[in-house]
Amino acid sequence: MADDNKDFEPILVGFFCNWCTSTAADLAGTTRLQYPPNIRPIRTMCSGSVDPIYILRALLSGADGIIIGGCNPGDCHYVSGNYKARRRIAGLKTILDTLGLENDRVWLKWISAAEGQKFAVTMRDFTEKIKELGPSPFRKNWSV
Amino acid sequence: MARIGVFLCYCNLRAAGALNKDDVTAAVSSLSDVVHASAAEDLCLDPTCAHLQQQITADNLDGVVITTCSAATHEENLRRVLASQGLQSHQVEIVDLEDYFSWPRFETAEETTARVIEALDNAVAKIRGAQALPGVTTRITKRALVIGGGIAGIQTSLDIADAGYEVLLVEKTSSIGGHMLQYAEVFPTLDCPQCIGTPKMVEVGQHPNITIMAYSEIESVSGSVGDFTVKIRKKATYVDWDKCNGCGICQQKCLTPVASEYNQQLPFNQAKAISIPFAQAVPNKPVINREVCGHFTTGLCQVCSQICPLQAIDYDQQDTILEEKVGAIVVTAGFDLMPKKEISEFYDDPDIVHGLEFERVLCPSGPTAGVVRRPSDGKEPKEVVFVSCIGSRDPEHGVSYCSRVCCMYLAKQALLYRHVVHDGQAYVFYMDQRTTGKGYEEFVQRAVEEYGVMYLRGRVSKIFRDGDTLRVQGADTLTGQKVDIACDMVVLGMAMMPSEGAKDLARKLGIATNEYGFIAEAHPKLRPLETSVAGIYVAGTAQGPRDIPDSVAMGSGAASSVLELFSQDEVVTDTLAAAGNEG
Repeated sequence: MADDNKDFEPILVGFFCNWCTSTAADLAGTTRLQYPPNIRPIRTMCSGSVDPIYILRALLSGADGIIIGGCNPGDCHYVSGNYKARRRIAGLKTILDTLGLENDRVWLKWISAAEGQKFAVTMRDFTEKIKELGPSPFRKNWSV
Repeated sequence: MARIGVFLCYCNLRAAGALNKDDVTAAVSSLSDVVHASAAEDLCLDPTCAHLQQQITADNLDGVVITTCSAATHEENLRRVLASQGLQSHQVEIVDLEDYFSWPRFETAEETTARVIEALDNAVAKIRGAQALPGVTTRITKRALVIGGGIAGIQTSLDIADAGYEVLLVEKTSSIGGHMLQYAEVFPTLDCPQCIGTPKMVEVGQHPNITIMAYSEIESVSGSVGDFTVKIRKKATYVDWDKCNGCGICQQKCLTPVASEYNQQLPFNQAKAISIPFAQAVPNKPVINREVCGHFTTGLCQVCSQICPLQAIDYDQQDTILEEKVGAIVVTAGFDLMPKKEISEFYDDPDIVHGLEFERVLCPSGPTAGVVRRPSDGKEPKEVVFVSCIGSRDPEHGVSYCSRVCCMYLAKQALLYRHVVHDGQAYVFYMDQRTTGKGYEEFVQRAVEEYGVMYLRGRVSKIFRDGDTLRVQGADTLTGQKVDIACDMVVLGMAMMPSEGAKDLARKLGIATNEYGFIAEAHPKLRPLETSVAGIYVAGTAQGPRDIPDSVAMGSGAASSVLELFSQDEVVTDTLAAAGNEG
């Protein structure tokens, strides 16, 4: 398994809130921080606007991991969007467990606009973690 | 059927990044609805984007995807050009190519190229499905709220008020003026801040367009640019400020002495439970300190209420919450020094003071009337050691940033000390001299050459009491020798931190801060006065450590940003809404 994973390049999707994590991604790029190219960043207005359906759809379409990035607790631009995201992701993780999918494939992280470094490190850790977990079992039912 | 054009903006910088532009344009050309795909050189260099405009007309495009470097800097300009071509915001999609894809991965060209093609595919799909939404129009309330009455807040308020708009200046203590008024003299010109600051405070107090709400704090903020609703808590002062004329008899007669907060709790003089913080306070009205006041602690004392000739004392006063409408907010919440107790390595001793305490000792209108005395026994110190970078540039014990002003104020304090104590000796321990301001380096040279201040490059390892004196041990890294100085007093150049409660305030405003609590600007270089929320601006040390001239300049800058907003009657907010479409 470990050998298989060496060449495995996971497909990762990121939903990043406009106010914090997207800006951090921008900062990471501007400061030329390096991180693996596996992540497909999608800018959303708020982590609270990420419907769990988007995540499930992405997983069912063959994504190996999903990461949602929002503002730190208390710092949400829309006051409470990140708390809503937190509740939704907690609920979603129980569904993933039921489906028999490792719930570690979905990450929710708070990365503020000033934390370009943290963004790059998180992307690196996330890619590594998913490489460790291997390809999503949903991929088998899916002809890539 | 959409007619979409894809433009891959390209410049020499891209050569450093990892991307094969020909592969990208070839792949994108084959997407459905894409009628044009090309690499366009340096879109940002031509203000008219002539190439874009020509292509839009030539191919009759009704949708455009553009890749840029940081969208934060380029998106608005590009959208403006495209709007002039009749393209509405939903017909334009900007892909932040450099910062999201190219720069982070210049070692993995192939994968990055693949990723960019995917992103462009997504952007094209988004335009294909997007529909127009009407913008939201907000009328601008031409009234500004300034939070914090230090020198930055004062300057901001005056500039906005002079332009003819109403300003609400909220200050959490009972007087405006801020830290600047506590200083002895200010570098590099050695003016007296009481002399140059108080006229400005009085001007604020007299200005018909400025309402000072002292002893008040922000409770909550809602709304958006042009139309904020702010709840302000007016804390109970137990004195009816409308009746009070500031005669000060109450504080003369009050029976309960307390350490003066304004004088940094130095032992030389004491304030009273009812007091006006300093003689030049604006508004010049007293506040009762409920924690220590005899009336509130024992219920027996009523001296102030009996002595007040205007019956202004009101022990039953309660906090009140006022609701105000404003169109713009400027945060000038200032700084506090890192508390001495954070640095536990140093012996806790009354004669080890921080910069602000020593300012009060040196200040001619301070508790010692400008006579330099040490807190423990009131003796004139003959040898004083100044230590810079305490907490600053020290991630182990404090913060990793440089506080910017300590090099200068320690030089100034050493100079002022020598000015008053002619037979005294001042030593300054420093890591580096960072004196980047007009006349600053010359000032330090003057302290060394004219006033004989001895500069020692190196860090202090230990400060401890040895009988009547303090011993400072450290190293002089220029000579490579250990240094052991017996002195009478030590002054620590403590790190500047965001003011207490700044983090809470930022949360109430919904604006971002950095890890230390300094307010984050919208762009570190190009938008230093805007915060992450439109209509909320920042000035002074709330944004990061800086000196007085910079704070004043920033205050004026923030005011002009507010005035720019107020020059319009309404703002149109672009809308973006997503809906799931299954299948």
